[in-house]
Order: sequence, then structure tokens, then C-alpha cells
Amino acid sequence: MIEEVGTTTEGDLIINVGPQHPSTHGVLHLVITLNGETVKNVEPRLGYIHRSIEKMCESLTYRQFIYVTSRMDYLSSHINNQACALVVEKALKIEVPERAQAIRVLMAELTRMASHLLWWGALGMDVGAFTPFFHAFRERELINDIMEETCGTRLTMNYMVPGGVMADLHPDFQKKVKEFITMFKSKIDEYDTLVTGNIIFQNRMKGVGYISGEDALSYGCTGPVLRASGVKCDIRKLAPYDGYDKLQFEEVIETGGDSYARYLVRMRELKQSLSIIEQLLDNIPEGDFQAKTKAVLKPPKGEFYTRVETARGELGVYVISEGGLTPYRIKFRSPGFSNLSALHHMTKGSKIGDLVATMGTLDLVIPDIDR
Amino acid sequence: MTNEELKNKFAELLPGATFDETGEWLNVMIDAKEWLPLAAQLRNYFDLHFDFLFCVTAVDWKTHFSMVYHMRSTTLGHTIVVKAKIADRSNPEIESVSKIWRTAEFHELEAYDLMGIKFQNHPGLRRLFLTEDWEGYPLRKDYIDEVNMIKL
Repeated sequence: MIEEVGTTTEGDLIINVGPQHPSTHGVLHLVITLNGETVKNVEPRLGYIHRSIEKMCESLTYRQFIYVTSRMDYLSSHINNQACALVVEKALKIEVPERAQAIRVLMAELTRMASHLLWWGALGMDVGAFTPFFHAFRERELINDIMEETCGTRLTMNYMVPGGVMADLHPDFQKKVKEFITMFKSKIDEYDTLVTGNIIFQNRMKGVGYISGEDALSYGCTGPVLRASGVKCDIRKLAPYDGYDKLQFEEVIETGGDSYARYLVRMRELKQSLSIIEQLLDNIPEGDFQAKTKAVLKPPKGEFYTRVETARGELGVYVISEGGLTPYRIKFRSPGFSNLSALHHMTKGSKIGDLVATMGTLDLVIPDIDR
Repeated sequence: MTNEELKNKFAELLPGATFDETGEWLNVMIDAKEWLPLAAQLRNYFDLHFDFLFCVTAVDWKTHFSMVYHMRSTTLGHTIVVKAKIADRSNPEIESVSKIWRTAEFHELEAYDLMGIKFQNHPGLRRLFLTEDWEGYPLRKDYIDEVNMIKL
């Protein structure tokens, strides 16, 4: 473990970034060893927002524990809930109605877009451009309004439950989403002129924070981080759930492996999510929004694992059931945790300014890492 | 490889291993002492090639611990679960595999911090979420903390 302040015997400077620092997007604490301006070592110190959600879940029933998970990766709360609902459905062999599946996918993709928009705005700030933040929030606000109408909340949705979704869609849902799509389509090209094509931005991104596909796999990276290094890993394609196999969309792959590639993957994913929403919006099947389930859920003895693709990567939920009312042990394999572990590898030998840009493209959400 | 082929392969590699096929993936039960040589084989044999260790966790079974490793091969597409039993509950120890899959380094820190499993030859075992002077390991079943733990 590195000392928290001072100089090492070789004359390297040790500085602390965080736990309260604008570029860490939350309470992440990095202890950095610097030789001049060159980063020699990055050691994350975690736990500032650790609530031991896994321990809490051991005393919550299979209906209750889903609500805690909205607080993990709060930007993908729908998808977290979906993962937990899926694992309970798998254990109890519950058939989810088609309407519920379509609603889930719509909500999950809207969430992914909202999450990527927030990331895009925040990344702009990390590299010194303030305008993208306002643009991104203008669009994200519309998604939040849509969510609020149907789910009742804007951030911690708690909308997906075992067997389907909690309530039917708001009557205005389709109209509002269509308005959003029209608005978003007129803006997405603006993002490219504003940021993607900007030469200063490209110089900050290209060739920075490189990680090869093999290394990214070894570090357990998933989601846009791994796909930017040219490895296919989208769970929506690999192990489709909730009817993703019936939808037409492309798994976005870039081969650059640097910050710019990660940037491009997320920007292209925005368009893919939009296409999924368009395909489903006018084709939501009629029927129930929730399957009939027993009031008390008691999965049989056994082990269940489900995976979903959140905005940050592969979220795994591993449940060990002893046949009781509460899980015996639950483990959340969170994407941010593994992605963060590759930060040292990506930034070793680069300049300290690039550290912030690289961290921005990892899209870290600290409660997701700490849990 | 299918689960059946994987099972045959394992029976060859490790005659003492037992299997559980009730789940989606093949579960291989081994002893903690056999883990490190097996891990290297899993990663490096061309017909196994488990290059992606996606979930590492520890389970407290009250009488003993077990480490659960979920891994898949991105090139060959198969997935297995390896469960290593750590019989000694008072001093749980297992070899670190952080040299084989680098993701293990972080996940093992988590298992050490919350479950108290000691990983031999780990590059820097430390408390990850909790402070260095924290007493006990919260995810163990016998852990009691009157102040911080909220029973719901």
C-alpha cells in the first residue's frame, strides 16, 4: 500500500485525487504516484459509498431486494431491476408476458440513452468543454419526464418486478417517446459537429488510454470498454433476454482500443438504442403487463445466475437459494468494478491530464463499484 | 465444447473432481489445493481457453468456505463454474490467480475484505472497501455489528 502523502525514495510525488473531485464523478479516491507529470502508478481506494448491498439482500425477500439494486448503478436502475427480476423468474420458471418484455426493453433502452447522454456531457467537462453538458441534459430531461410519467420517479425507478413490470404504460407514453425521437434525431448530428469532429477533442482522445483486447479481457472489462478493443461481448447478443433476439440491432465494435474508440462505441450505441425503440414503439403487444405470481416468492434450493447488458457492461446477479424466503447469498458482478481495475494499466506512463480523460471514457459510477 | 465434453475433459485433468449439472452451466467441485495448477490449465489449454473470468466470489457455508469462479471462453463460447472448497474455516487460504487473470486481483481483494479469505501470493492484499482497522468480515454468516447493520 502506498503512503497517502509525500515523496517516495526515488523522488516521485504522491498525490491524492478525490474522494471529492469533480472529475471522479462521485466519491472515488485515487492515490497517484507521479514522476514529474508522468503517471507511474494509480491505486484506487474504494468504499466511501459502500453500503454492503449484498449483505442487506440476505435479509430481504425476493420481492424486496430488487429495490435496493436501483441504488447501485443509479444511471442504469431499470436494467439493474431487470437483472434481478430475471433471476427470480429464472428460479421460479415464471413466463413473462410479451407486453411486459416489450415494455422492459423500451425502458432499458431509454435508460441506456439517458446514461450515455449523461456520460457524454460529463466527458465534455472532463476535457474542458462545458457546452455538451447542457446539450446532453436538455435531451436527458425529456427521457426523465417520460420515466416519471410511467414509473413515478426519475432516477430510482423500481419499475420492473418479478413477472413483468409494476404498472402499465402511461397513455401518453408512445406520443411522448415519438416527440423525443424526433427531437433527438435533429440533435444527434449536432453532437458530432460540436464534439466528435473537434480537433482539440480528438487530440485529447486519440491514442490515449490504450488497452488491447486481450488485456481488456484479462482485466474483466465489459461493455463499451471491451467492445472498443474489438471484442464481442454484448449480452443482448450473446445470451438474449426479454426478447432482444427478435430485434434488429447491431453490436457496436471498434478496434482502436483508445479513449476515442470508447467514445465512438457509446455514440454509435445511442443510435442503436434509438433504432430498437423505434422498432418496438408501435409494436407493443397487447396483453398483461405482469404475469400472475404468488404473493410470497420462494425459489427452490439451487444457484441461479443471470446476466444483462447495462450501459456500462455486463451485470451479473448470482443468487444462492436454500429454499427460504430470502437469498442465502447474493453477488452482484458489477461492470464498473472490473472496468476500474484496468485504469492503472491504461494510464501508466501517460500524462496526468490524460488520466482524467481516460477515466471519463470508462464511464464510472461509484455506487456501482462500491455497492 | 458441450457440457458433456467439458466433463470428460475435466475427468481427465482432475480425476478427483465432482460435478453438478443441474444448473445452466457445468459446475466443477474441487479442493482449494488443486486450484492453482488447474487454473493455469483452464486458461492456457487451447481446447479449453477460458480467457474471461467474469465473476469471482466467496460463499460462507458455516462449516467451510467455497470460492466460486465463473469463467467463459470468448473464442470457443463455453462457460463453466469452478467451486473450490476451503475446509479450514479458522484460517481460510487459497492461491491467488491474479497472474493468470488480472481481474482476479481486484475481485480477490473484495473477497478478502468482506469474507476474510487470504489469497497466497497476491500482489497486495489489503482492505478494499473497509478501513484497515475494521474488525471482522461482514459477509460471513456469524458477523454481528450492532451499530452499522440494519436488519430489515
